[in-house]
Amino acid sequence: MAIIKTENLCHVYSEGTPFVKTAIDNINLEIEKGEMIGVIGHTGSGKSTLIQHFNGLLEPTSGKIYIDGQDLWESKEKLRQFRFKVGLVFQYPEYQLFEETVYKDIAFGPKNMGFSPEEVDARVREAAAFVGLKEKHMEQSPFELSGGQKRRVAIAGVMAMRPEVLILDEPTAGLDPKGRDRILGQIQEYHQEQKNTVLIVSHSMEDVARFAQKALVMNKSQVFMYDTVENVFEHANEISAMGLAVPQITRVFMKLAAKGYPVDPHVYTIEGAKKELLRVMNGQGGGK
Amino acid sequence: MLKDITIGQFFPGNSFIHKMDPRMKLVAVLLYIIMLFVASHPLSLIVGVALLAVMYAVSKIPAAMVLKSLKPVIPIIIFTSVLNVFFISGEPLFSWWLIEITKEGITMAVLMSVRIVCLIAGSSLLTYTTSPIELTDALERLMKPLNKIKVPVHELSMMMTIALRFIPTLIEETDKIISAQKARGADMETGGLMQRAKALIPILIPLFVSSFRRADELAMAMECRCYRGGEGRTRMKQLHLSPRDFVALIVVIAAFGGIIAMNMLLRP
Repeated sequence: MAIIKTENLCHVYSEGTPFVKTAIDNINLEIEKGEMIGVIGHTGSGKSTLIQHFNGLLEPTSGKIYIDGQDLWESKEKLRQFRFKVGLVFQYPEYQLFEETVYKDIAFGPKNMGFSPEEVDARVREAAAFVGLKEKHMEQSPFELSGGQKRRVAIAGVMAMRPEVLILDEPTAGLDPKGRDRILGQIQEYHQEQKNTVLIVSHSMEDVARFAQKALVMNKSQVFMYDTVENVFEHANEISAMGLAVPQITRVFMKLAAKGYPVDPHVYTIEGAKKELLRVMNGQGGGK
Repeated sequence: MLKDITIGQFFPGNSFIHKMDPRMKLVAVLLYIIMLFVASHPLSLIVGVALLAVMYAVSKIPAAMVLKSLKPVIPIIIFTSVLNVFFISGEPLFSWWLIEITKEGITMAVLMSVRIVCLIAGSSLLTYTTSPIELTDALERLMKPLNKIKVPVHELSMMMTIALRFIPTLIEETDKIISAQKARGADMETGGLMQRAKALIPILIPLFVSSFRRADELAMAMECRCYRGGEGRTRMKQLHLSPRDFVALIVVIAAFGGIIAMNMLLRP
């Protein structure tokens, strides 16, 4: 059964005023358990609005959302339980830190869930390990840490709730390439170990190509495509036309193919490019 | 929910009143308020109401907006009316036990209510038709003489401008932090007073931290652009008085004169 299912989901901001704006329009999605999904789309395409529906922070104007087969908005009392099931890490999550120590901040979520101190402790340590926080950091104030570390503390704060679905809104925004690879690598490890569903919002196709199995492309408040990364990149031209950048390496290979070189243009990562080049060069006796 | 709060509800437009010099608007509103309290007879107060109605018609501000601005003062109007009706002595119209309602009381209650309504609607017209930046500019210019007695006029108005500028930013930020803490299971809707107060900590601390960060960044950016106070500073938008402003001033002064005349004539 799909872990997240939406039926004709719509959300309209400021309805009944001159500033009315349809943020998402008639979304029908089924997200299966255990997948790692990249959500891509232009600024204002409705990505952030969509993911805030998945844990009930926004109430749909019309349509339904089912988490694990249960209607999210069936009763307001249960809503909080769904927030624990679907963990949401906002953009620039380091701005939400508030506790005296890193440890206490990560423990905020599990404590709200009402676990015993032992259980909270186990979860905090597990989450801290996932994001590579060392023991010496745990008793520091979160405000003393560097930007990248702060962000990892904030992500750990949501991971410690052990959500069945983890959603991250641009977890790498404003980080340098090293920090970006580090966080994405840690999320990937977490996904492989926990076997839960992970959604990463990003506008970098490069990141999505590297880490995700499936890609959800949003355009103009609607789902343009939801498929495996390979199938999505088949439509590289249409995606470029929407103003999203196709990975650089894919563009290189598309150009090569267009010039008549016998290469497969569906290459999305440097690794894949290397393999493809070796294949062409070996297979064709050196090739061109 | 926080987005519903609007402060400095400026309604962009192109009317006579929108185009007036903000300094003249401020002066006119000030005169208008004084006029309301000078008017001591119900009939002379009608002049004030009529002037207001004409001004709103000229400015093309929808009537619904006037009602919206009056909503928060309804309790005050009721409160003053009740006080006036029951506690002003004079010719009794109705009396029962300790309660006595007098003619003077009712007159005074009506007079006060109309005054308050006109006062709020009149000053709202100023904020509806003047952008906050124009307003602080006008205040700075009008208070400039105070510089002589060492009042830091420019600094005060710069503070006001910055504060107004950051209200929407802070509202947005607060909304975001509330959502983020809710996503971590923060419970803000249930519990007693203490619990609710405690639930605010995860929102207030990040908000403070980011306000300080923002202030730091803004100060740095201003210094990078060589901001060093008001001395010798020129403006991109100079304020100019035009014939339009004097027409408005004459109308207000005429109404003022009319009210004084009516006060004198109607007093037996």
